[in-house]
Amino acid sequence: MNLLEIENLSVDFETRSGLFRAVDRVSLTVAPREIVSIVGESGSGKSVAMLAVMGLLPKTARVTADRLTFGGENLLGISPAARRKLVGKDIAMIFQEPMSSLNPCFTVGFQIGESLETHLGLGRAARHTRSIELLEQVGIPEPEARLRAFPHQLSGGMSQRVMIAMAIACSPKLLIADEPSTALDVTIQAQILDLLVRLRDEKDMGLVLITHDMGVVAETAERVVVQYAGQQVELAETVALFDDPHHPYTAALLSALPERATEKRLPSIPGMVPGQWDRPAGCLFAPRCTFAAEICHTRAPAPCGADLGRALCHFPLVGGRPRLDLATAGAAR
Amino acid sequence: MTAPILEAHDLVRHYLVSRGMFAPPGTVKAVAGISFTLEEKKTLAVVGESGSGKSTLARMLTLIEPPTSGRLSIAGKDVTGASGAELKALRSVVQMVFQNPYGSLNPRQTIRRTLEEPLLVNTDMPADRRRREAEDMLARVGLRPEYADRYPHMFSGGQRQRIAIARALMLRPKIIVLDEPVSALDVSVRAQVLNLLSDLQQEFALAYVFVSHDLSVVRHIADEVLVMYLGAVAEHAAKEALFSEPRHPYTRALLSATPMADPGRKKERIVLTGELPSPFDPPSGCVFHPRCPIAFDRCRVEKPAITGTSGHLTACHAAAAPVPSAA
Repeated sequence: MNLLEIENLSVDFETRSGLFRAVDRVSLTVAPREIVSIVGESGSGKSVAMLAVMGLLPKTARVTADRLTFGGENLLGISPAARRKLVGKDIAMIFQEPMSSLNPCFTVGFQIGESLETHLGLGRAARHTRSIELLEQVGIPEPEARLRAFPHQLSGGMSQRVMIAMAIACSPKLLIADEPSTALDVTIQAQILDLLVRLRDEKDMGLVLITHDMGVVAETAERVVVQYAGQQVELAETVALFDDPHHPYTAALLSALPERATEKRLPSIPGMVPGQWDRPAGCLFAPRCTFAAEICHTRAPAPCGADLGRALCHFPLVGGRPRLDLATAGAAR
Repeated sequence: MTAPILEAHDLVRHYLVSRGMFAPPGTVKAVAGISFTLEEKKTLAVVGESGSGKSTLARMLTLIEPPTSGRLSIAGKDVTGASGAELKALRSVVQMVFQNPYGSLNPRQTIRRTLEEPLLVNTDMPADRRRREAEDMLARVGLRPEYADRYPHMFSGGQRQRIAIARALMLRPKIIVLDEPVSALDVSVRAQVLNLLSDLQQEFALAYVFVSHDLSVVRHIADEVLVMYLGAVAEHAAKEALFSEPRHPYTRALLSATPMADPGRKKERIVLTGELPSPFDPPSGCVFHPRCPIAFDRCRVEKPAITGTSGHLTACHAAAAPVPSAA
């Protein structure tokens, strides 16, 4: 059974100038022991979608979905009290920027102990032992001394480990890691990613990895969701996605990576991600797409079948070329 | 062979840091003896983790800070003994592009003012010529001249980095120090900026010092690579040599830790344990030995010299001599 099931999740923000759709019909499932990655550029709505699952969005956000369940429990109409029992215990999240996500006023030990007390009802001594155990698990040397440390006394890598220790304190079934290694050096990044994969193996968690780094995706994830301007443009197995991307955006993104470039000049994607004001009428990627036809500018595409990575495109690519015979029903008409 | 435009010989920079009211001040050896030369139209990449001294090196090269000892010469002129007026002239030869385009542009100045300011300060160019130069430069970096009267907040990250590059080019420098110029940018925009940088290098015959921690970008843009660890050079080689045949264990670990966008690739990952040691109290012998997977007894006591053949220099006992089998 799937741990997390999301079907057509949308998030709108009320702004002074009307509704802004940050996440637009995203669908995703996560099974136990699975590592699913969400990739996209800044502003593609990848963090917002997961914050909606956690119920951590501000009041101005409107979350709608056909289905949003965790372990069979509906997260949409859930009462705040029931949600508090779930979040931090069965679903945990590691936030971006460890340095600013920890509370500077409290010791590391206090912050780890907090969730142990709330969710597991552990006493003082039991919390202490469990916290030491957790810090050992995430590879912090001298855990006992570190419990008394304040966040400013830790390096970036250490703070991130503390964040991970806090997240796995109650042995969650699902761990959402939002850019867990972005602010860190490559050698520390490698340590953190190894740690996350190891924890997945030991604890049978599902892991959602939000990142913008295609390299991290290739090395850790089993399935990938690609997001662009709030929309899910492709969903595929990692190997398949890198071998034969079906959406022109995925293809362009991959070929813009310096390590995949064959020539001195990098193939780049012209233009920018559309903002709130310049949303195109048809496909959101059409103005930057090399393969865009007339219909792409006028009609929004429907997702293709699973064999084509559910690409949100009128003319999905196969082997780097658009396949006209596979064009979606909307485009054929 | 053309004469090098930038020559550094044994550059050292120490900082005195107060360690409390009663303790004697400590010395941080931020950069401990770095030598290299750089020619026109070439790119030297400086790679290392945070705390390795890359930014201090960049500050010395741009004459923001004087070296504690060592010799630095720019365009054939020795910087270390130069007078104030000479230094001022030299500063317009070396320009810098900073990491964060959101913080490096003045939000209260229009792009035009930002671009004209270097000319206003350093030249006696008349106003209409400054205006034209600024607009030309905007066009050169791929922005429309009409944008000149806008403010930085109206631009995206990639556009701001183009503006920062345009500002660095206003005085027609010969050397540009780029401090992580693309690390704050998204993949698709990063490719645009990297392409722009290589175009400009050809057009203005620029030499780049490219400070970065992203090895896949370095591999794309650099001619030579300098790997730094705790203020010292670990390895210095031509790009091809460094990537195909890394000799220093730190370089090998860095290469293996860099994620590659190729899921089929099987590789052996060397995961370094621990973190960069404190620069107050660097380890004895080779500074890398506490984290080195192949360290042996000699590494703990003797600091390795930088040696090597045909431009491939390494500071490592194991790379210089055959590795003992026990390693």
